[in-house]
Amino acid sequence: MAAIKLKELSKKPDLLTGGHRMCAGCGAPIVVRQVLMAIDEPVIISNATGCLEVATTIYPYTAWKLPWIHSAFENAAATISGVEAMYQSLKRQGKIPADQKIKFLAFGGDGGTYDIGLQALSGALERGHDFMYVCYDNGAYMNTGIQRSSATPFGADTTTSPAGKVLQGKTQKRKDLTRIALAHGVPFVAQASPHNWKDLITKVQKAMSIEGPKFMNIIAPCNRGWRTQTNDAIALSKLAVDTCFWPLYEVVNGVATVTYNPKKNRRPIVEWLKPQGRFKHLFKPENEWMLAKFQELVDENWRSVVGMHNASHPGETIDPEEGKSW
Amino acid sequence: MKKVAMTGNVAVANAMRQINPDVCAAYPITPSTEIMQQFSTFVANGQVDTELVTVESEHSAMSACIGAAAAGGRVMNATSANGLALMWEMLYIAAGNRLPIVLSCVNRALSAPINIHCDHSDSMGARDSGWVQIYAENAQEAYDNTIQAVRIGEHPDIHLPVMSCMDGFIISHSIENLDLLDDQQVRDFVGPYNGTAYPLLDVANPVTYGALHLQDYYIESRRQLHEAHKRAKNVVIEVGREYGKLSGRSYGLFETYKMDDAEIGLIALNSAAGTAKVVVDEFRAKGIKAGLLKPRLFRPFPYLEIADALKGLKALCVLDRADSFGAAGGPLFIEVRSALYDLQKRPVTINKIFGLGGRDLGLDDLRKVFEELTTIVDKGPKSLYEYITVRE
Ligand SMILES: Cc1ncc(C[n+]2csc(CCOP(=O)(O)OP(=O)(O)O)c2C)c(N)n1
Ligand code: SF4
Ligand SMILES: [Mg+2]
Repeated sequence: MAAIKLKELSKKPDLLTGGHRMCAGCGAPIVVRQVLMAIDEPVIISNATGCLEVATTIYPYTAWKLPWIHSAFENAAATISGVEAMYQSLKRQGKIPADQKIKFLAFGGDGGTYDIGLQALSGALERGHDFMYVCYDNGAYMNTGIQRSSATPFGADTTTSPAGKVLQGKTQKRKDLTRIALAHGVPFVAQASPHNWKDLITKVQKAMSIEGPKFMNIIAPCNRGWRTQTNDAIALSKLAVDTCFWPLYEVVNGVATVTYNPKKNRRPIVEWLKPQGRFKHLFKPENEWMLAKFQELVDENWRSVVGMHNASHPGETIDPEEGKSW
Repeated sequence: MKKVAMTGNVAVANAMRQINPDVCAAYPITPSTEIMQQFSTFVANGQVDTELVTVESEHSAMSACIGAAAAGGRVMNATSANGLALMWEMLYIAAGNRLPIVLSCVNRALSAPINIHCDHSDSMGARDSGWVQIYAENAQEAYDNTIQAVRIGEHPDIHLPVMSCMDGFIISHSIENLDLLDDQQVRDFVGPYNGTAYPLLDVANPVTYGALHLQDYYIESRRQLHEAHKRAKNVVIEVGREYGKLSGRSYGLFETYKMDDAEIGLIALNSAAGTAKVVVDEFRAKGIKAGLLKPRLFRPFPYLEIADALKGLKALCVLDRADSFGAAGGPLFIEVRSALYDLQKRPVTINKIFGLGGRDLGLDDLRKVFEELTTIVDKGPKSLYEYITVRE
């Protein structure tokens, strides 16, 4: 793989155009653009219902300069399965040229992927279609007005897990979808973040060089739902990684690699929680235990991701406590 | 042409083999399972070029069909009852995107209580989804309709998905002697696929499918679907006529049986029409002018033609193998009665709901209906809408 140069990338045509009507400062279109920049072949996208879909295709306009289909909420993976199956069929029959290369992508939000679309995703991964599913995880059902999903972090105040007199936001921890995808035995699974575009693009390029089903989970800050500023999506995705809330790693043909270890940049989780209005109540004195629990959940997850890495790289192990200076 | 003995399911699977679709989805549910099961062996033996997507649910089956059809090729699938119900959301999306998918619906009762046998609650529940619906009396018709469905849906005047229905078990699992066309005849009849105006796989000309249509455009899109349904009637007639030239079996909007001078009549979909024909003959033998109308095309509903065919009747009973709970009659009855409204002189019309969950419809049941029809012309109906073949 050639080295990735920002200058070169910036010359690539924008396949998701400006004026797409997502909120100012939304993380999702940044994620999409980075993914598309990484791919040289023609791409066809299936998009689940959600912010990305709704905002980019308000008829008679479309922000997509590539073939794109939205059919419903829970079925982006099933829909792209059909597109890819038709490609395989027509190619086999000689109805499209044998050298016509096309990459198939599905985009879904966390609600459309962790929850309602999990079955369709599982089916498509198991069947082995040659495609990549990208979940842009903003941690709630944003399009319908910030309802909790199984990706919503513990303690977050959403419209269906509001912080009230008795309950203090979401009572459950997150589902680990990346590991669920991995359990399908697919050749490529990764987590990425838009602040580390080099890592993200490298992962997409690696994925595109592998035939078969692939899955990427990419954090995509939502200033509306996280109740933050419109200029902090990148800073907050960086903090999500440096606090180990969102570990950057990949599992390629069974080999797990942490692609970024924060080391001396490592930060306590409160630094990520503090700027976000959805976690404001966690900072009340009586909720101190929740901050402690949140940190515990993050540490536990990081230890287990590092454990996978260490098992794959016995010569280059990572100490999960490294950088924990607080 | 050769006479062969096969079940309705095997006949449909063979029609699919001869059509040789580019992509099919498969998910099991009684009684349609056997269609895709049989078809899978055609795939495994290299008898078709089809890419078979063995999905994890019917929702994904229809979703994959939608993706595949939008990609730009011929797509078929089969299901029944709960499977069709699970597809419900996607049925509307297939029609709204004007994708000519062909779905074989082997009619089975919806739960609860769970039941695996025939009634029409499944396809009737999907009647407003924008799909063309065609019904078949027997395995021969199911076979013939499957082949015609491809041509109907892909017709450039309409581009609509087509649901081809037959009765679960009664037809799907009964062995019948039928005529199969030669493989080449079928391939020539269906021709090369041309049903997707803007294929996704045409990467040089990117298109957006499934955009958000708000108050400023949604209704125009639905209106286009409405207009396509208006045009569908003539397409069905045209394809049925052409199929008749090829096979010797012509098809239209509905079949009339001894209706020309009939005074009392029945309307029945699917296999019940076979039973009704026997009883019509019995009453004719007694000098009573009985007749039958068997709708073939239910969506779009050819209401003008049906009203015209019924105008000579004095009394009519519509047989519904599905209820529309709380409505003024079963789904077929509501359509027919509305169609009759504009006639100068209307027959006295009643509705019987029968055979739910596979309950047999016997000759005696229909004899009683005809006897009732002979009395209600003068006396008027004792009840407009009631169940028969039911334990009181
Ligand atoms: C079957 C179905 N249920 C519910 C909805 C309503 N709905 C539309 S978008 C959406 C939220 C999407 O959330 P997510 O997938 O996380 O994407 P985001 O909007 O956050 O980008 C919901 C609940 C729907 N369109 N279809
Ligand atoms: S609500 Fe959030 S996810 Fe949706 S467009 Fe706005 S910032 Fe993006
Ligand atoms: Mg979301």
